[in-house]
Amino acid sequence: MIQWTTNFLASTFLISTPIILVGLGIVFSERAGVINIGAEGLMLIGALMGVVGSWATGSVILGTLIAMLSGVFFSLIFAYLTVSLRANQVVAGLALNIFAGGFTVVMNRLIFGVAGNAAKIDVFNTVPIPVLKEIPIVGASLFSQPLPVYIALIAAPLLQFYLMRSNPGLKIRAVGENPKAADSLGISVPAVRYMTLLYAGAMAGFAGAFVSMGQVSFFSEGMIAGKGYMALAAVVFGNYNPVGVLMAGLVFGSAESLQYRLQASGSPIPYQFLLMLPYIITVLALCVYHKKTNRPAYSGQPYHKG
Amino acid sequence: MTRGAIYPAIAVIAALAVCAVILLVMGLDPVLAYQKLFQGAFGSKNAISETLTHAIPLLLCALSFAVGVQGGLINLGATGQLYIGALAGGAVGIYLHLPPILHIPLILVVGFIAGGAYGLLIAFLKNRFGVSELISTIMMNYVAIYLLNYLVTGPMKDTSSANNLPQSALIATTAKLSIILPGTRLHAGLYLAIAALLFYYLFFYKTPLGYQIRVGGLNPDAAHYAGFSIEKNNYVTMFLAGGFAGLAGCVQIMSVQSRLIHAFAKELGFSGVAVALLGNNTPLGIAISSILFAGLDGGAAKMQTLAKVPNAVVYMLQGIILMFVVGQEMFNLFHRRQRRAGIKKEAAT
Amino acid sequence: MLLEMEHVTKRFGELVANRDVSLSVRAGEVHALLGENGAGKTTLMNILSGMYAADEGVIRLNGEKIVINNARDAIAKGIGMVHQHFMLVPALTVIENVVLGLKENKHFLDLRGAAARLNELGDKFGLAVDPWAKVADLSIGQQQRVEILKALYRDAQLLILDEPTAVLTPQEVESLFAMIRTLTQEGLTIIFISHKLMEILGICDRCTVLRRGEVVQTIDVADITDKQHLANMMVGRQVDLHVQKPRVTPGDEVLKLDDICYTDKDGARRVKNVSFAIRRGEILGICGIDGSGQSQLVECITGLAHATQGSVTLNGKPSNQMPTREILRHGVSHIPEDRHRMAMVGQLSINENLLLMTSARKDFLCHGLYRWKAISTYNQKLCEDYQIKAQGVSEPMTNLSGGNQQKVIVAREMDRHPNLLIAMHPNRGLDIGSTKYIQGKIVEARNNGAAVLLVSGDLEEIMDLSDRIAVMYNGRIMAVMPQQSATIDKLGLLMAGVMPEGMNEHIATNGAS
Repeated sequence: MIQWTTNFLASTFLISTPIILVGLGIVFSERAGVINIGAEGLMLIGALMGVVGSWATGSVILGTLIAMLSGVFFSLIFAYLTVSLRANQVVAGLALNIFAGGFTVVMNRLIFGVAGNAAKIDVFNTVPIPVLKEIPIVGASLFSQPLPVYIALIAAPLLQFYLMRSNPGLKIRAVGENPKAADSLGISVPAVRYMTLLYAGAMAGFAGAFVSMGQVSFFSEGMIAGKGYMALAAVVFGNYNPVGVLMAGLVFGSAESLQYRLQASGSPIPYQFLLMLPYIITVLALCVYHKKTNRPAYSGQPYHKG
Repeated sequence: MTRGAIYPAIAVIAALAVCAVILLVMGLDPVLAYQKLFQGAFGSKNAISETLTHAIPLLLCALSFAVGVQGGLINLGATGQLYIGALAGGAVGIYLHLPPILHIPLILVVGFIAGGAYGLLIAFLKNRFGVSELISTIMMNYVAIYLLNYLVTGPMKDTSSANNLPQSALIATTAKLSIILPGTRLHAGLYLAIAALLFYYLFFYKTPLGYQIRVGGLNPDAAHYAGFSIEKNNYVTMFLAGGFAGLAGCVQIMSVQSRLIHAFAKELGFSGVAVALLGNNTPLGIAISSILFAGLDGGAAKMQTLAKVPNAVVYMLQGIILMFVVGQEMFNLFHRRQRRAGIKKEAAT
Repeated sequence: MLLEMEHVTKRFGELVANRDVSLSVRAGEVHALLGENGAGKTTLMNILSGMYAADEGVIRLNGEKIVINNARDAIAKGIGMVHQHFMLVPALTVIENVVLGLKENKHFLDLRGAAARLNELGDKFGLAVDPWAKVADLSIGQQQRVEILKALYRDAQLLILDEPTAVLTPQEVESLFAMIRTLTQEGLTIIFISHKLMEILGICDRCTVLRRGEVVQTIDVADITDKQHLANMMVGRQVDLHVQKPRVTPGDEVLKLDDICYTDKDGARRVKNVSFAIRRGEILGICGIDGSGQSQLVECITGLAHATQGSVTLNGKPSNQMPTREILRHGVSHIPEDRHRMAMVGQLSINENLLLMTSARKDFLCHGLYRWKAISTYNQKLCEDYQIKAQGVSEPMTNLSGGNQQKVIVAREMDRHPNLLIAMHPNRGLDIGSTKYIQGKIVEARNNGAAVLLVSGDLEEIMDLSDRIAVMYNGRIMAVMPQQSATIDKLGLLMAGVMPEGMNEHIATNGAS
């Protein structure tokens, strides 16, 4: 039983991390009023570019940086379309996802060949934390994880504080809730939206890199498989708060982790219903939040000055 | 009208150009690639019939999104509605044995209603709780995906063969759509797609209810002023949107799939969105762009074998086309800048 | 002089919102900007606060020429504006709204320190507000305080208040005036935008009157002995555009309102105890400054809103709870105030816009499908009858000029031969030709036996068309009188909330029956 719990928790943290990381990014752009369904495609690009970077440089850290930069670059295109050209955010995000689906496959085959990537790359290894790792259950699950897992867990409360207490955080919230009022106080709505989107792009790249180099050690076509959409769900279920994203990510991750265990143990409950759970929870949460939602008033609406 | 036709054309040309540059940078030959792509899509009778076969479900999914747009709703749930329609229709196809004259229409009706009901759920959540259809449709896609997965690995799993694939038994032969061009895979679903397109046109441009939904989609305040019910519009819109997607699912399992298979529709639902947008939601536009997108899909294999360019290039191309379509303000800006420069020149002389 | 604006002109496309406007404001005074809706008051102040850039003209502050490119510049120069529609973020707290966008903000906010300073300011000026309350939870009056505090926190020396009393209760107006007195005692200068004479007489030192984008005159309030004169300056007089109107004996009662009240979802009482009746063959004109409750009154009649108290009777049947669809079926035609927002769908053709109210008409359908040819022929004829200038009926509505758009709407609404025609500002933004034409059509409807409710801010129009005239002010009907006993002077005063001498409320209300 102890072994079961330890394994369950360890895999929960591992599965949750990319969802939390990307969720912590898009929660900011969502708060600034931009619907970011392109995160799925950005993660896919990040997953590939991380592997490419790690393979080329021999360093998982540099690989991750390259993944993040790629995320920023493609986010820039998305921002140009949605903020500068005031294009429909949903469609632009979808376009990015379709593009990324093709782009990553083409790049992967060109670099690693049709057979797939057999190249050995540097990946995220577990970094057990001294002393703490000795604690029963938690030590082997929570405190013996790769670096990004710790980052995701620690970043959430810090980003919560940043969003609620810092000057840029205040601007971001104001821009999503009432861009006209922000404009009347001399805040540049486009600048704020660009910044949050670029940051979200970096986080999506990071999350993607963790999928390909933290959970496994290779890139496979379409490997993100809806994690970007699930992060969107985590943002909604977490009511547009970074800490909420963390909680939602852990809940979703545990559902998936549990599912693997049920599948292995031949439980009578079909594991697919556990996989559905995150999405059903999110829809129910939307019904319950109703009026109390933190969804910005101007979510999805391009801003026209004057 | 001319504007509506010109922008998508410009978008396609611009996307081909941008994609060619990317191919060049990657060290590939864009001219050869496009040549083989075109050949693969439209170069022979077989190529054309494959393209049309691809276009059938694509067109139905595009209609699903376009119906939503007419009613002012963003339906990203074609994927889910498609699976639910396919499940319901598929059950009828697998477990009932009827003469084809009854069996085929019954599957289509059941599939339409099932997909439509899944759409109604979205409208209900929106009308009752104010849930944004944008998010709820994405969520419900996954619910449907996993439901299908459960059924084809559990209760509906094919037990006749030894393999352990996630798929159902074959549908009854009485439920199969007939081939309309011998020697190809092109099937009677084409007629259904054309009928659906015709219905879309007649409903929205020829009937009072369709007219009322269009008014509500373009200007809810005007609909309110004229005494139309937005809630009712939402229900009708989502039922039709879901129904069309459900039909797409049924048609696939009654033809090329022959059975329910886990995740058989892949990106069909989202491709439909791209097709509808490129076609500017007009019946003719949707017809043309679904054939174009289906051609890209169909020609990709030939491009890969003969030009040594990975078939996934077509998805890049589709994504870029969509970016240009959605960013059409880009062309406006360009145009305005030119005009302003022109005025300045005139002023100077 | 603290502020001088010289020869300021601002155009929006064809429209000239301000033409060669000069305004000078003395330090420490309360300076009123008086004018009707659309006179250009708000545009002028938006130029001063950096929301718009002027096309021509100079702004001097303390004698020095200044350039204001954006809101930040205006704030830096000590100019603060409280917009009529508050620029607050409802989801944020008071203190967050106050510090939003401040240049001196550190990376991490010191909200406690800011709250302390805000409380200090509040004590000094008598404007206490809880810094930690969420703005969405505050009353309108408190939100206005937050807006003023926001400006004071930014060390505003010149405070622009855009129709600050429009949204307030009488008690809140009193405390606002007390606040304004404290502010001027502390050395601030106030520009007070209004169209209410009594307020200007009550609180202002000097007053600049604007009409149609131009300055009429600047006067010392102390010198005003004749309110009538001020009202005339604001309302102005147009060229006489007399409309021929034969005598018609009013017939049956079509619409009857009995003690109607309407409270909107924010809890503001928009319509207060309104009663009147309209009979066939008569035009009841309702005049009033915008926002006096006319819109909500009309919504209660057309079913777009439901009166929260009282009864509405249409053709002898109670109609208060009827949905719009059914009210329309009772022969009610409605020309709404905002044609772009409500009355038309710009992307659709003239043909489809003409179909809006008759989308299920039997003879337009064949086996449930529209007979577009027949509809086009019918509408073609309608366009000719109503002198609509367009390429053809398939032209999108948005391509038409404002006058032609309105003619399409009038054609649609009149073609149904209404029992009751409701026309709100039917001529707003139209040229003389279209105006005359549409006025003629409204009279024609009355001659043909329709009951007409005409809502307009244009007194000439009201005087010309109406058989009886009601004046609305602050949600109430101030008076109802036969057209013969009304004068522009009298109406102007009533619209500004002043009961003319020799006319008391009792007499006024008797005119209703």
